[in-house]
Amino acid sequence: MVLSFTERGIYCPAGDFYVDPWKPVPRALITHGHADHARPGHGAYLCTHGAAPVMRHRLGDIRLDTIAYAETRQIGSARVSFHPAGHVPGSAQIRIEVGGEVWVVSGDYKTTPDGLSEAFEPVRCHSFISECTFGLPVFTWEPQDIVINQINQWWAANASAGITTMLGAYSLGKAQRLLAAIDPSIGPILTHGAVEATNAVLRGQGYALPETVPVMPDTDHKAYPGALVLAPPSALGSAWARKFGPQSTGFASGWMRLRGVRRRRAGDRGFVISDHADWPGLLDAIRTTEAENIYVTHGYTDIFARYLRETGYNAQIVATDYTGEVLDPAPDEDGA
Amino acid sequence: MKEFAALFTRIDQTTKTSIKINALSDYLQFAPKEDRLWCIALFTGRRPRRAVTTTQLREWAAEAAGIPLWLLEESYPVVGDLAETIALILPPNGQYTNHGLSHWINELRDLHDVENEARMPRILAAWDQLAPTERFLFNKLITGGFRIGISQKLMTRALARALDRDEAEMAHRLMGNWSPETTTWDALIEAEDPATDLSRPYPFYLAYQLDDAPETLGDPSDWSAEWKWDGIRGQVILRGGEHFVWSRGEELMTDRFPELARLRDFLPDGTVLDGEILAWRDGPLPFNALQKRIGRKTVPKKLLTEAPVAMAAYDLLETGGVDLRAQPYATRRAQLETLCRDLPADAPLHLPPHVTFDTWDALAQTRATARNHSSEGVMLKRRASPYLAGRKKGDWWKWKLDPLTVDAVMIYAQSGHGRRANLFTDFTFAVRDGNELVPFTKAYSGLTDAEFREISAWVRKNTLQRFGPVRQVTPHHVFEIAFEGIFESPRHKSGLALRFPRMSRWRRDKPLDEANTLDDLRALLKAYD
Repeated sequence: MVLSFTERGIYCPAGDFYVDPWKPVPRALITHGHADHARPGHGAYLCTHGAAPVMRHRLGDIRLDTIAYAETRQIGSARVSFHPAGHVPGSAQIRIEVGGEVWVVSGDYKTTPDGLSEAFEPVRCHSFISECTFGLPVFTWEPQDIVINQINQWWAANASAGITTMLGAYSLGKAQRLLAAIDPSIGPILTHGAVEATNAVLRGQGYALPETVPVMPDTDHKAYPGALVLAPPSALGSAWARKFGPQSTGFASGWMRLRGVRRRRAGDRGFVISDHADWPGLLDAIRTTEAENIYVTHGYTDIFARYLRETGYNAQIVATDYTGEVLDPAPDEDGA
Repeated sequence: MKEFAALFTRIDQTTKTSIKINALSDYLQFAPKEDRLWCIALFTGRRPRRAVTTTQLREWAAEAAGIPLWLLEESYPVVGDLAETIALILPPNGQYTNHGLSHWINELRDLHDVENEARMPRILAAWDQLAPTERFLFNKLITGGFRIGISQKLMTRALARALDRDEAEMAHRLMGNWSPETTTWDALIEAEDPATDLSRPYPFYLAYQLDDAPETLGDPSDWSAEWKWDGIRGQVILRGGEHFVWSRGEELMTDRFPELARLRDFLPDGTVLDGEILAWRDGPLPFNALQKRIGRKTVPKKLLTEAPVAMAAYDLLETGGVDLRAQPYATRRAQLETLCRDLPADAPLHLPPHVTFDTWDALAQTRATARNHSSEGVMLKRRASPYLAGRKKGDWWKWKLDPLTVDAVMIYAQSGHGRRANLFTDFTFAVRDGNELVPFTKAYSGLTDAEFREISAWVRKNTLQRFGPVRQVTPHHVFEIAFEGIFESPRHKSGLALRFPRMSRWRRDKPLDEANTLDDLRALLKAYD
């Protein structure tokens, strides 16, 4: 086995390293900077150049080595390379080759371009480790420009009605993807501290984001008529959010595809936009790897694995500690 | 269907009543009359006849989507709504055509008259002509149940607004046994005399729960009190030599309670009574006696002797064919007493006397004995109040006893539907019996959203075994279960059943071995059944 599944994480004996481990290990290869994949406490880290600034920002002073996409590195008897996963800026699938056998750990991924992240590239392999956060046929995404149009129209209507637009989105990745795509001429854009922190990191890397106004304790909430406020989902409905006065609340998440979840969140609007692959995206990705063995991790694993088996793959479920896009984020889960 | 879908979306995207009323009012002004009528019918719980079964619908949808049926079945509990699940998996529609709401309802009606094999292509053709939200609504027409936060009250307000008419009159017109298949917009809404429909009930006046101290109601002499019965709220109508029995949910129950036919022998034509239908033998029987009668459209003879019903009347809405609702309660009650004066003891109608009191303290003491009277508290009615329509604050209050409680252990969990899909919200609870845990009730409500999220995450990590959608969990968490009554029930393993159980508190402070026992429950049963 090129990789084995241990209680610390996904392990490569040939190179003596782990991929996205959830318990402290001497050497960790990291697909991307979200909290459930990049955890503190490892001896040494390796990630892409693009993922490194967020990793340093989140994890502080760590021993971190970086690598370019598609660059090959020999670790022990394993040949390792990183390839765009399209999930968030800098995110990667990790290709591991040992004695001619190729495995790919996809981390989290989406197959459609989002205008900010490096676009997903299928990597041929024998065994593919796939997430399936949205591994049910009810999850299909509309093209990004349609959803962005919905957000722009909602924001413009709120602005002309004199109410503030409150948009909840993950502060790492989703928020910046939305920022890069929405129409900044509609009004000022205010940001929650968690969102602005990632903005600063990504701007420092050269990603183009429109001008934003960070919300500070002394910010005059009335001074920005027609504003859009971008915040982590858990901040909406809080005392922090109420200071903005009359408002319309929206959430941007793949879960918004489900009416029950939209109603539970009690927001006014739900925008179906995810950094994870939808059902056709998952099946496409798996097909284009030409892999025979599929290991499914977080998501609707038992259903997805059964479907893959019925359609001719050798599919197995692997229990991991990854969470993917969280259905009902509590305040401490926003980083996923 | 585009306009109806837009209406639905406007309503679904807001929690604000004013926006919902505006949206409905717009539709009721501008849509064609037959579509308006169906809109009102759907949002007041009426539905078109079902032409295809949900089983067929699932099979055809899976085929159209190119997925195995089991995958649709597995997706359904995640979505929490079959109509929505199907709308979400179908491929994009091919040839969009904008037909009105009633067109699609008529299409479903016409399916009754075609051969079984011809139905599937017609449903597939419909899907192909409908946009995603319209598909969801079309499926809802088949699977039933439009619950989208539109109450009867809200519908009535929107209708009154759209037509610039009186709200109470609109509420009355929408009552009763109509359907767009048997009436028209003009007959239902515009026709001169709403009383042409003999069976049409008055809108029920509903009481609020009294949460403040009764002293806040002012002078006790302005109020009447009576026992609050635990039966089925009903309206009995005697008009044109016939009688009709309506439930509060506007279900016609005449045939379910044949005993009440005898009311025609005792009361004059042109009488309408409001009251509680109860199982009755020398006095009201506990609710579980009535339970045997609920849901039975025809009643076997044995049950008629085992659990005979009677009406405990508490208000008179019409006498001599004249609407009394504007009269003060004290006047209506006096007329009711006159009407019931000479009833024989075996008549299926009783007029329980008022609970008399001089001070609120005295009433509180009497109320504390409610369970001994097979009652769950007292009702307070302002003597000067008219009979209003719907739930209104101010004149009628229910002042219930505090519920009974036990501390119980959660042992099974199941996920909910609709906005509770994907969350574990339906639980089975057990009490201790020696070293065993004996299940005795289910409960679905009482926790906050945050608590449901927390317990759901815990259930996912602590599942011992799965039985279809049900998960057996590690016995660990103790909850306080509140309920209104306890009865013997041979159908349950524990031998007893609760009335209105719900989770009143999550007892994080209680370890498993401090949960109540089966003996504790039996003691409660002895005290209150």
